[in-house]
Amino acid sequence: MVKVEFLGPISKDPVELEIDSLEQLSEILKEDESLKPWLENSAVAVNDVLVKDRTLALKDGDKVSLLPPVCGG
Amino acid sequence: MEIKSLCYLLFVADKMLELHNGPLQVENITNSWYGKYKLSNYGAIITFVGVVRDEDNIEGLSFDLYEPILNSWFEAWQEKAKKQNAIVLMAHSIGDVPNHESSYIAAVCSPKRRVALELIDEFVEDFKANAPIWKYDLINGKREYALKRSAKIEGAGLLL
Repeated sequence: MVKVEFLGPISKDPVELEIDSLEQLSEILKEDESLKPWLENSAVAVNDVLVKDRTLALKDGDKVSLLPPVCGG
Repeated sequence: MEIKSLCYLLFVADKMLELHNGPLQVENITNSWYGKYKLSNYGAIITFVGVVRDEDNIEGLSFDLYEPILNSWFEAWQEKAKKQNAIVLMAHSIGDVPNHESSYIAAVCSPKRRVALELIDEFVEDFKANAPIWKYDLINGKREYALKRSAKIEGAGLLL
């Protein structure tokens, strides 16, 4: 299982999914209307490291985090 | 004990990144940094204090942050500063911070002023663009995500 968490203002509980790639995750999340605006503006981290390759493979126990636009300070 | 592991322990004990619930106690934090680092022969210590402004009828700001990635972002900055014989320090609030209080302090300590002046600029700007912290306006006691003032992290839209 891969754990997917939605950080900051997305306000959605984490989910656990049987997936093996970010491509697959993208297809699943696109079906959720409430996530549509967030998919466009969120960066993605796998196991707390930001990633830029959507072909990245995922394995059992991985954690994927969605990070919406930031503004510290 | 090996020198390497001793250095690591000192680094951890140093608490160069501080996270506090609510407003920052600016005098305590900056005085403790100054008291500690003036003894390390740094010729230039620059602190940047961010203060919440009273504007657009807000009562204050509120913050969420994600510690694992904030820590790795900060460690990468520490490495970058180290290459110039400098160090970076930072304090940030979690939760609500009323107007006219501080939510963010950044500092650079360096043997040379030029390095400190340039690093504090880069450090604060990169913080604004990439540190995983989310800001909300406090209006009528409720949090409203400050989307318009927020910046997409590089690589955003990967799952679109």
